[in-house]
Amino acid sequence: MTAADQTVAVPPVRGSVVWRRRRAAVKRTWLELWAQPQGKAGVIVLAVMVIDAILAPILIGGQALSIIAATGRPLQAPSLHYPLGTDEYGRSVLSLLALGAQTSLIVGLSAAAIAMVIGTLIGVASGHYGGWLDTILMRFDDWALNIPFLPLVIVLQALLGRGTDKTILVLGITSWPGTARILRAQVLSVKARPFMDRARALGASNMHQMVKHTLPNIMPLVLANTTITIAGAILSESTLAFLGLGSPSLTATSWGTMLDGAFTAGAVSRGAWAYLLAPGLAIAIVVLGFTWCGVALERVLTPRLPGR
Amino acid sequence: MTTLPLESAPPEAVVAASGGRPPGAAQRRWRIPLLIARRLIGAVVSLAAIVLFNFFLFNVLSSNPIRALVRNRHLDAVAQARLRHEFGFDQSKWQQFLDYCDQLFLHHNLGISTYYTRPVWNVVLDRIWPTVLLVGLSTVLSSIIGTWVGIKGAWERGSLFDKVSNGISVTLYSVPEFWLGLVILLFLGGDQVGLGWFPLGGIYDENVNPASVAGWINIAWHLVLPGLTLTLAYLAQYQLVMRSSMLDEMGQDYVQTARAKGLRDLAVRRSHVVPNALLPAVTQILLYFGFVISGALLVETVFSWPGLGLLTEQAVSSADFPLLRGLFLLFTASVIVFNLIADVMLGVLDPRVREL
Repeated sequence: MTAADQTVAVPPVRGSVVWRRRRAAVKRTWLELWAQPQGKAGVIVLAVMVIDAILAPILIGGQALSIIAATGRPLQAPSLHYPLGTDEYGRSVLSLLALGAQTSLIVGLSAAAIAMVIGTLIGVASGHYGGWLDTILMRFDDWALNIPFLPLVIVLQALLGRGTDKTILVLGITSWPGTARILRAQVLSVKARPFMDRARALGASNMHQMVKHTLPNIMPLVLANTTITIAGAILSESTLAFLGLGSPSLTATSWGTMLDGAFTAGAVSRGAWAYLLAPGLAIAIVVLGFTWCGVALERVLTPRLPGR
Repeated sequence: MTTLPLESAPPEAVVAASGGRPPGAAQRRWRIPLLIARRLIGAVVSLAAIVLFNFFLFNVLSSNPIRALVRNRHLDAVAQARLRHEFGFDQSKWQQFLDYCDQLFLHHNLGISTYYTRPVWNVVLDRIWPTVLLVGLSTVLSSIIGTWVGIKGAWERGSLFDKVSNGISVTLYSVPEFWLGLVILLFLGGDQVGLGWFPLGGIYDENVNPASVAGWINIAWHLVLPGLTLTLAYLAQYQLVMRSSMLDEMGQDYVQTARAKGLRDLAVRRSHVVPNALLPAVTQILLYFGFVISGALLVETVFSWPGLGLLTEQAVSSADFPLLRGLFLLFTASVIVFNLIADVMLGVLDPRVREL
């Protein structure tokens, strides 16, 4: 059915059979994902965003971000030359929008990567060892889950200072508790399977069990969770930027800093609708894309949830 | 999400199945006080950890708090040293922590706001009511609408209504709350491309007395747009939780029994499924109080609604760390208190919840 079931037959000798089976499982997962309308839409959104994030800096170039080189008047209405109008410095909103994808993507991916490493470490250690370690880690997890997320990231960002690298750090170290909890449950269910007994009986060390048996079996869930965490991180980045905690550099634009700029420049009362609508729509579509991917992936990997 | 049959069985049944004696009356009488005591201890430990964390954030993590305080202003070394002494940053961390706890618990003093130059606690108290009004109204509206939509959607699972309402919820979930506010402001508040029906921000106009009837109407007028935004922002949460809770209940055996008795569809829904589904949903909503706070924070910023959210934004932009610390403590503590209420409520009202 899934990657999880394929690896049940892992032979003690490392061989190409394992990898062939895993490759086949990945391919099947991909096909099932693509077969779902949600999965397909999500993958397309992500592909467009990644291509945009790579190509926009090459095609448009940093020149579009320069305030000095800006040719338009401030907050111009959409025209043929500026399809989405201009910002408060007279720069093209369309160029900013295309360039902003990069920051959002980098922050989303990096923050999710940090969160996944912490979440997986805590989830696996907690589930695998059990006992007092599990109790302590899960109590800590409970406590961390209880801290309201937005005030926490605002305080951390305000204390550490502004900047994209710091935003990544702040979101990375605050986004793991949910993941750790979900993965722990999965580790417990993997631990109860017969092949884990066999590994233990053959004298596998804890490290071997965790790395060679538990981790490959929870990997699909980690992946599904990563996409949802990325979506959350992109949303949080834009929120922090909107509250004036984004990167202080004018040349590091993101969709959040654009919305902050539009709001403080009075785009609402001056009717600069394109400048206000475009970045928000971009955020919503990308977050929706990542969420769709995560939900579709989860559905493929855990087929016991029909109709949800 | 789906509960295992063992977990949803009443505790008596579990005890009976495992061959033990059913719990006596004495044990049953102590169940609720024990549960409350346990939760209370848990909450107190959490609060203590929060206080420690708060201290760690503002006194240990921020390496040079004085530099943050005097940001943008030039201060010579002597003045900096004096400030350092005044705020107690020249003492050992341990002494700082003792002072902090002493001020917090014995004097209920959260420090002095550097921007307002007034006690943090007084500044916070001034701003609490606008937030309570806005959040309270939006919570009532969105919980009623969201719960109703969730019930109807789950009952007619797969119907057009279900699909459309689910789609709207997921979309509202993906949209940043502040952007939703900006869009509503642009089209209903702004008069350039919008209708210009409602004010752009604030809580009442300068020339009205907020204590008069005209003032109340004026406040209500200003409340419409932020209230609408926040209601929409919370709606998805209530709808999704209620729908999921309904689906869990609809799979239970008692629903089939009710149907087998020949009860009409509406009666099964109203008097059997909904009451059971409501409890987990309500408590789960209380557990999402952190989500409520973040919504208020952003929407207040967009609409310049002078509550705690806007105060947080102002504390950040003016680098008013004592104020920020006080607000953070208030937010985290209120989440813990709401969690405590939710846990105790669920434990007292729902016999399916066992100890722990």
